[in-house]
Amino acid sequence: MEVKKTTSTPLWRNRKIIPIIAQILFVIIVGTVIIFMVNNVISGLEQIGLTLGLDYLTLKASFPISESIISYTPDDPYIRALLVGLLNTFKVSIFGIIFASIIGVIVGVARLSDNWLVSKVATVYVEVFRNTPLLVQIFIWNFAVFLPMPKIQEALSIGSFYFSNRGASIPWFTLQDNTLIWLIVLILLIVGSVFLFRKLTKVSLESGKSTYPLISSIGLIVIGTIITFLVLRNGPFGLSVPVFNGNSFDGGTSLSIGFMSVLVALTIYTSTYISEIVRAGIMGVPKGQTEAAKALGFKSRTALRLIIFPQAIRIIIPPLTSQYLNLIKNSSLAMAVAYQDIVGIGNTIINQTGHTLETLLIVISVYLLFSLTTSLLMNLFNKKFQLVER
Amino acid sequence: MDNIQLENTEPVLETTKLNSQKKLQLWLKNNLFKDWKNAIVTIVTLMFTIYLLANIGKFLFASEWNVVTDNLRLLFVGQFPIEEIWRLWVSLLFMSVLLGTSWGVWRGIIGHVAISLGALLLVFGILPYTENESKVYLFSCIATIVVFYFVGKYVPKLKIPMLVLWILYIPICLSIINGFGVLEPVKSNVWGGFLLTLVIASVAIICSFPIGLLLAVGRRSKLPIIKYCCILYIELIRGMPLIMVLFIAQLLLPMFLGGIQLDNVVRAMIAFTLFSAAYLAENIRGGLQSIPRGQFEAAQALGLNNVKVMIFVVLPQALKAVIPAMVGQFISVFKDTSLVAVIGLADFLGMGKKIAANPEYLGKYMELYIVIAFIYFIFCFLMSHVSKHIEKSLGVGTR
Repeated sequence: MEVKKTTSTPLWRNRKIIPIIAQILFVIIVGTVIIFMVNNVISGLEQIGLTLGLDYLTLKASFPISESIISYTPDDPYIRALLVGLLNTFKVSIFGIIFASIIGVIVGVARLSDNWLVSKVATVYVEVFRNTPLLVQIFIWNFAVFLPMPKIQEALSIGSFYFSNRGASIPWFTLQDNTLIWLIVLILLIVGSVFLFRKLTKVSLESGKSTYPLISSIGLIVIGTIITFLVLRNGPFGLSVPVFNGNSFDGGTSLSIGFMSVLVALTIYTSTYISEIVRAGIMGVPKGQTEAAKALGFKSRTALRLIIFPQAIRIIIPPLTSQYLNLIKNSSLAMAVAYQDIVGIGNTIINQTGHTLETLLIVISVYLLFSLTTSLLMNLFNKKFQLVER
Repeated sequence: MDNIQLENTEPVLETTKLNSQKKLQLWLKNNLFKDWKNAIVTIVTLMFTIYLLANIGKFLFASEWNVVTDNLRLLFVGQFPIEEIWRLWVSLLFMSVLLGTSWGVWRGIIGHVAISLGALLLVFGILPYTENESKVYLFSCIATIVVFYFVGKYVPKLKIPMLVLWILYIPICLSIINGFGVLEPVKSNVWGGFLLTLVIASVAIICSFPIGLLLAVGRRSKLPIIKYCCILYIELIRGMPLIMVLFIAQLLLPMFLGGIQLDNVVRAMIAFTLFSAAYLAENIRGGLQSIPRGQFEAAQALGLNNVKVMIFVVLPQALKAVIPAMVGQFISVFKDTSLVAVIGLADFLGMGKKIAANPEYLGKYMELYIVIAFIYFIFCFLMSHVSKHIEKSLGVGTR
């Protein structure tokens, strides 16, 4: 009533009223849909005699998981099975991110190379692997490359790396008594060398003499390592090499077929996207920057390191973050080749218990947690690298 | 690695005076053997490339391809009833008409698409394994493309009807497959192979566009409830893997809908539509943000209301700016449809999986999956090629 008194605008054209009405309508529509769905779920569950709740997570899982970082037996509860799956997702994602970044940077730089052949080979690599579905690539690696490997008795060997149709056995590090001492010494050496590098650079800038900062700091680390080795008479890590005992391999670490296929396919697929990001980042730095660096007498390599790269990294980081997240999400395809990540194990649990809604919600919230933390971290990193403008 | 091409390094030369041999020598020197480091890199890469090509050639000629050639029909149309298969050929002929005419009218990039698809049809037409009836259809498709190229070339007034027909193409095809409501419809559970891949991808692309548009506009709305609902939806979908969305559609959707029954294919389509809409919304939002404030203010000064400002001023500019990003999204939807193989549908990849399980073709995985990968590759590569061309011709990012 008040509205009509103060203004002559009719109710349906009032700028203050319309948004409120629109939102109320929206809430009513969305609310009705949600209530309809919830009702259906409740009545559906009553029909099959299940109740919602997380109690089932403490029941005995009674299904085996072939590879796990933490100890797991079929007697453990469902929640531990989910944890095993989560760690498996982590394992493949972390290695995938590391390898994909390395290959991606190399290919991205190679595409910009002034060597015609190198840049063309890199382009073909990117186009071929980017335009093929990831799942097809995983299938090819799994069914056509790793599974037809010879039997374990006739395993292919490259050095101490053995490949058979049961997976790969590769050398791996083992901890030793003085690993901790080594770790402390190495950290101290790295910190010291960074200090030395900064100090010498400063001196050389002030006095104008060349003090060889890079060589001296590397020298510090090398000499420190040699001295520690002579004192401790032992390396930082032991290396355990796989040895065939007639039935299986002892020592080293073994990688399953599923893990290898997912890792290789994810690495190659994501590296093509990362290479495009790196290329766009380097090309995104204005040409004037290169020319200015050249005019100041920088060598091409130094200009790349000191002028181009710090500016390119700002363009690179945001899309790179979303590629890392994509890699983590894509690792869920592992269930297609029987690598038991969190999605695969969740699926098994759904089939066994029938608690579809709860299990799916748990898995989804885990992924949401991944993406939220990653974007948070990357935003912080991004803020630190952001261009400070006048 | 340290010799990145940061500037144009080719020396200025009076190239007109050089004969072709000298030109070649100069090109070699500049691009492959500039200094000794470069030469070593060239030789190593060359050796690696030759080794790889030799192995690929050996694989191509030494393998038996019967796993693919025996199952061509399964791979492309799945269990589609053989007496109804003419409906698919009619759809393909219709597309040839559109493609040929558009090629004639617009030339340029559409020519690349027409030629590549024509070549693909030709390859399948020449293969001795194709059935004779299919060969007739394949060659008539090629002939149609060529004939309608000339039609389009000499009747340039067809631009607008062509655009309308392209937009209506998918609905028309789906109604042809379903028999216009006159003939007996072919149930979606017998669709399979590449046909299913194409149908799921195109339905998802078409349906996700309006939803994505609404979500993008909603996310920039000033009404808090609508805005936060849109943000919640977009971030929720973007935060989870596609396979989870597919699981939700397969396992939870029947629970949510209670009595309403949907078949597997429709549920997969819904999953892809909802998933793709969230990503599309983010693309479109990028376009909306790139429109300067002045455009809004000018439109308001002209007396347009909010809806009209959006429809007539902002959206046309915003959508034009994000065409390449949207094509990229469509490519990834096309690639992602292969995931339905995991939930047991017989799409292109799923059909491959089923064929590979046949003991008759034991150990023929490489041949089978390489062909599947190659077909996916051709389509994705063509789309990204077109997208790059559009990007260039629109001048996005070069202003």
